[in-house]
Amino acid sequence: MTPLLSVRGLKVSIRTDEGIAQVLDDVGLELERGRILGVVGESGCGKSTLIRAIMGILPRGARVEKGEIWFEGENLLVFSEDELNRDVRSSRIGFIPQDPLLALNPVFKVGAQLLEVMRWHAPDDGARGAERRKRHVGRLVELLRRMQVPDPETALERYPHQFSGGQRQRLLIAAALACGPRLVIADEPTTALDVTTQHQILLLLRELVGEFGISLLFVTHDFGVVAELCDDLCVIYAGQTVEAGAVLPILDAPAHPYTRALLACHPDRATSFAGIPGSVPSPLTPPTGCRFAPRCGDARAVCSAGQPPQGRSGSGAEVRCVQYA
Amino acid sequence: MLRFVLRRCALVVPSLLGLLVVTFLLIHAVPSDPAVAMAGDAATPEQIERLRQQYGLDRPIWEQFAVYVGRVAQLDLGESAFSHRPVMIDIAQRLPATLELTFCALAISVFLGVPLGVVSALNHNAWPDYVLRIFSVMGIALAAFWVAIMLQLLFSMQLGWLPLRGDLTSTLPRPDRVTGFLTVDCLIAGRWDAFADALRHLALPALTLSLGGLATIVRFTRAGTLDTLQQDFVFYERAMGYRWLRLVWIFVLRNSVTATVTQIGLLFGGLIAGGVVVEAIFDWPGIGSYTVQAILTGDRQVMLAVTLLVGTVYAAVNILVDVVHGLLDPRLMERG
Amino acid sequence: MRAILRKLTRDLPAMLGLGIVLVVLLIAILGPLLAPYPGDAAASHLARRLKPPSADFLFGTDNLGRDIFSRVILGARGALAIALTVVSVAMLIGVPLGLIAGFRGGWLSETIMRVTDVVLAIPQLVLALALAQLMSPSLESAMLALSLTYWPFFTRIVYAETRRLSSSLFVDALRGVGAGSGRIVFLHILPNALSPVIVRATIGLGFTILVAAVLGFLGMGATPPAPDWGLTIAESRTYLPRAWWYATFPGLAILITVMGFNLLGDGLRDLADPRIRRSR
Repeated sequence: MTPLLSVRGLKVSIRTDEGIAQVLDDVGLELERGRILGVVGESGCGKSTLIRAIMGILPRGARVEKGEIWFEGENLLVFSEDELNRDVRSSRIGFIPQDPLLALNPVFKVGAQLLEVMRWHAPDDGARGAERRKRHVGRLVELLRRMQVPDPETALERYPHQFSGGQRQRLLIAAALACGPRLVIADEPTTALDVTTQHQILLLLRELVGEFGISLLFVTHDFGVVAELCDDLCVIYAGQTVEAGAVLPILDAPAHPYTRALLACHPDRATSFAGIPGSVPSPLTPPTGCRFAPRCGDARAVCSAGQPPQGRSGSGAEVRCVQYA
Repeated sequence: MLRFVLRRCALVVPSLLGLLVVTFLLIHAVPSDPAVAMAGDAATPEQIERLRQQYGLDRPIWEQFAVYVGRVAQLDLGESAFSHRPVMIDIAQRLPATLELTFCALAISVFLGVPLGVVSALNHNAWPDYVLRIFSVMGIALAAFWVAIMLQLLFSMQLGWLPLRGDLTSTLPRPDRVTGFLTVDCLIAGRWDAFADALRHLALPALTLSLGGLATIVRFTRAGTLDTLQQDFVFYERAMGYRWLRLVWIFVLRNSVTATVTQIGLLFGGLIAGGVVVEAIFDWPGIGSYTVQAILTGDRQVMLAVTLLVGTVYAAVNILVDVVHGLLDPRLMERG
Repeated sequence: MRAILRKLTRDLPAMLGLGIVLVVLLIAILGPLLAPYPGDAAASHLARRLKPPSADFLFGTDNLGRDIFSRVILGARGALAIALTVVSVAMLIGVPLGLIAGFRGGWLSETIMRVTDVVLAIPQLVLALALAQLMSPSLESAMLALSLTYWPFFTRIVYAETRRLSSSLFVDALRGVGAGSGRIVFLHILPNALSPVIVRATIGLGFTILVAAVLGFLGMGATPPAPDWGLTIAESRTYLPRAWWYATFPGLAILITVMGFNLLGDGLRDLADPRIRRSR
């Protein structure tokens, strides 16, 4: 079965004051229908740029140099801005942002903002004008109730600052689902929340995937969340995919040295504050060989010589490392 | 909402009282005979004596202040030494003309300035932006009286497109005074010829008066819009597929104009000050030219009355600005 | 310090403003030396009245045959003198009041701030006109009136800064080691409050030149035959439209000078408050 979303060989550069930064260099991932894919990486690895590339909202000065983004059999990179806005955003790809307070427009009522989205992207059921708006309001109230936002009818009349963090996030999840997309991209949606709320949201998301028949692309830096929520996993380091496959096998037996090191650092598993020695290479001057080589415990001479080949680990995950070629 | 307004009004009362004290003190700050000082240079001995009794200038200062406040409360602002009429009548007669001019200038500044500010921000660092920025910088440095003269020079004297002064061509009969606003009265009387003529007379003064405000509003709207465009919710709205035009002109605009609204309040002060000079140059029959006339004839009663009036209007405008602020950004209302 | 200078030099509009201000300053100081006809401050040459701009008379001549170019140059001295005087006096009144109000608190502070509010409640021009009229029109009374209406701007700024700083940790520490109030205010609080004051003073200079020009125009300031810019424009009115140069050039001088001060003030403001990310 063809994956819902398939990113292949994506290469994105951004022109900065200091020069051209290779933010993404050969990133690939595959999201199967009805599954949850976790995209993991440290800050600055290119996760945000990846999301922006999929949604088509790259910053000024950014260029897609190579690659394809296949979604439902079409390459999103060839769509014009107008086409993306009309046909893709909200109606086929939903988005859940990171910080629910900053993501909402502070001076408009929540209902006005959500209805604006539905006005342009909700599926056409033949209704027009006031009747159509009434149906949209109805659907939103239903969704809010499902998300367990208290007082759904009056919630739409309130302003963003009048909700708690967790409630706001639920609002945004409802907004993402409102127009019936097949794919939902979540950009670290639990980072701004406390641990208990985080857990509730993750549970909610898992339920919604089954209930609404969506596929979820979940970007995060936290392996714990990945373990709790995701079916598949994709690890990104310095703009490249280094390991990708099913979650449990990878967590059991991580193949790529970076994945291993990351897991070892996680608070649940770490035994010291050591962290990973060295630092992430600057996107302005990418190293010629394997990007992780300078910090890798298993590094050999051939690692710095050229780009490592893609191979498979024992658990079936794709690994960018010479050890598994 | 109402509580918010009342609270703002209450805060203003001490300032207004202070204003009364200041104008009162201005009358008595002059070492010479206060009655003479008040009456001004053109007064007759009878007028001076009448003033002395009216104001009770032989009584202790506290009583005088009380008398003064009492008279002001009854809208008795004295008599003009020049026109020999109660100042209040003169003001009431001339006020609509000034309001008409001020309102037009404000409308030009706002309805032209806000869109230009947004356009400037959207074209950040491209040529439309540079042109508008240069214009903004120039706009606040322009002396209104000089611009007035330059415009008269170009459009009236050289090109002959627009009239030189006044609010209506003298040969045209004036419509009956209903509201006091010439343009409105023309419309009420169905006098299209007078209406067109009145508009032509309004053009240059309103344009002159609007330039300073226009520059400021363009500047602040531009800054506000640039700031807003960098906020996360704009990215989110784009990701959710908001139409770009609606995003900018509805959803971003309401956020970016809060700074501009504050400026409108301060701008009003500039409009009042600028109005004095502009009215004098264009012979506009409003409070401004009344003030200049009072200055030139040494008519102190009028000067002080105008000062009091201006202070009060300015305070009222500032309250209005706060209210609009609260309407635009509901978060402010809750903090009160 | 060097970092600040470097940042300032990168700011193009601010550099332009600085350049203009320096040029105007130079013109004001060297006035009579630069003007081709320095005697035209007072003298009249009716034979060459109302001549259009030419090589001999760059800005043309006025109704008394005086070279307008020279008079504009000489007028710079008056404009700058008025501006500097007014702003200095306003600072001398306003800054101490702001320090007292901010540091002391209590009824004294309240009174000072209420008075400040009242004076600010009236647009400066109107109040200045009222005051100038009371004192009989002259250059001195105009300057006094303008000073008396401008000081509240400084008081407000200094009050806000002083209040902010006097409740900060380092002042508590100073008090803890026994530093007297006077010492705290002058050695520690004042230097920190200085930068917004300087910004306001720079912009105030430009603003004062503008308002002084209006007063001159209305006859409430300088008196003939002074080469005051506003006064010259007022005199020019009867000779329009024929003698267009008469009104144009003094006005341009005002425009460029005020623009210079505004640009410089803006640049200084950007320097002083980098945390307020100003979109220029």
